[in-house]
Amino acid sequence: MKQVLTAEELSRALKRMAHQILEHNKGSHELVLMGIRTRGIPLAHRLAAVIAEVEGEPVPTGGLDVTLYRDDYARTGPLPLGRTQLPASADGEVGLDGRTVVLVDDVLYTGRTIRAALDALMDYGRPRAVQLAVLVDRGHRELPIRADYVGKNLPTSAEEEVRVHITESDGIDEVLVGAGAAPAGGVGSSSP
Amino acid sequence: MINDLLAISDLDAAQIGRILDTADGLKDIALRPIKKVPVLRGRTVCNLFYEDSTRTRISFELAAKRLSADVINFSAKGSSVSKGESLKDTALTLQAMGVDAIVIRHSASGAPQQLTRWVDAKVLNAGDGWHQHPTQALLDLYTIRDRFGRLEGLRVAIIGDVFHSRVARSLVQGLTTMGAEVTLVGPPTLLPPGVDSWGVTVSHDVDEVLGEIDVCYLLRVQQERMDEQFFPSSREYARIWGIDRDRLARLPQGAIVMHPGPMNRGVEISADAADAPNSVIVEQVSNGIAVRMSCLYLMLGAEQRADGGFL
Repeated sequence: MKQVLTAEELSRALKRMAHQILEHNKGSHELVLMGIRTRGIPLAHRLAAVIAEVEGEPVPTGGLDVTLYRDDYARTGPLPLGRTQLPASADGEVGLDGRTVVLVDDVLYTGRTIRAALDALMDYGRPRAVQLAVLVDRGHRELPIRADYVGKNLPTSAEEEVRVHITESDGIDEVLVGAGAAPAGGVGSSSP
Repeated sequence: MINDLLAISDLDAAQIGRILDTADGLKDIALRPIKKVPVLRGRTVCNLFYEDSTRTRISFELAAKRLSADVINFSAKGSSVSKGESLKDTALTLQAMGVDAIVIRHSASGAPQQLTRWVDAKVLNAGDGWHQHPTQALLDLYTIRDRFGRLEGLRVAIIGDVFHSRVARSLVQGLTTMGAEVTLVGPPTLLPPGVDSWGVTVSHDVDEVLGEIDVCYLLRVQQERMDEQFFPSSREYARIWGIDRDRLARLPQGAIVMHPGPMNRGVEISADAADAPNSVIVEQVSNGIAVRMSCLYLMLGAEQRADGGFL
């Protein structure tokens, strides 16, 4: 597989995205980051760390498991479940009501994972607005969904596979592209 | 490969572990403002109850509804069964109506097994005769694991009428599969024949085992058995086999008290013991919903029986 983003480039992309999030929302007030399990969660925490550094105060960050909201249960059968962790601050759990929620994921592909994430999010509260940040946008959307913040636009063919590695789960920061068996219409991210 | 949930003995440790892990992921749904996820949208679950049951039926009904399945409740009373319809004809009717899962409780051991021969729907045993009650055992295993973080090596005493208890039969199998050490405690008349082959220790003295256990599991005294000369009187039962404040105090630090419900306060368990901080009886009830959600979620993934099982 070919490396298309090095650790350094990945880190720079995340920093830029964090600044764009702040610029667009005029600061981190009322902002919440929700990473989509699994690799969206460490990415959300990375973004949160950059934002905290710039703004001088932490931004509540959580993780969302969308397994029970996917549209392919009948096809894939039951998948292992993860836990959804709502963001917490020093004073306890931070609700989503009235907040601007930034969903964070590694790869945006068909858009189906994001559709599931939007439904999941609404069951936890009523955000004022929802935005989407992805490390890689590889195209081939099957739903009318687009990202607000993109680390790297990566034109791919549907036969190719995009793999994101994050130090927290894979021991290294990098993005790879190669000939793979990822079928079109599959899951939005290439993570298993 | 398993299509149906008929008996705990059909499951190995890895399969039980998967059910419990999945329940872990589903448990938080009960704490949310919207206690529902869409995963089983469009599936139909039929609760087919030939024996009276409130808590198990409600628990299964809530489990199915929280996963967005549609639920039909079919109880023998006031239905075609009271007009003489056989289990087979009821099964064929449900098959024709296209239900995806049937939760069955029946007084005849083996009725769920029989049902699987007539329907394509997945069958979940919610208690059959003296035979099995697998989801009760699974929720008990879940509750114990939740408290101790493991099952292996834990010492569990099951006290009371083991002979007539499908709960005990299922739980013993589940516990031994997961590597727990089980002691059955009860009068010789209420321990089943062939208990030697169960891989458990047997005792006839509650006070002898109390000091060395992690879990004190009390079986319900089935009042209907009282007339059958198995029991002396409820007062005498309480004195010899019941857990009261004194016996509660003799449990080791950290040990828990469990009961499958409904409780006979003052018989197998005193009010003090039932409401004690180390009693997890209420947790058992809420964990029951999560565990049943887990079973439904794992079993209804494949469309047809022919597509294979859930584990």
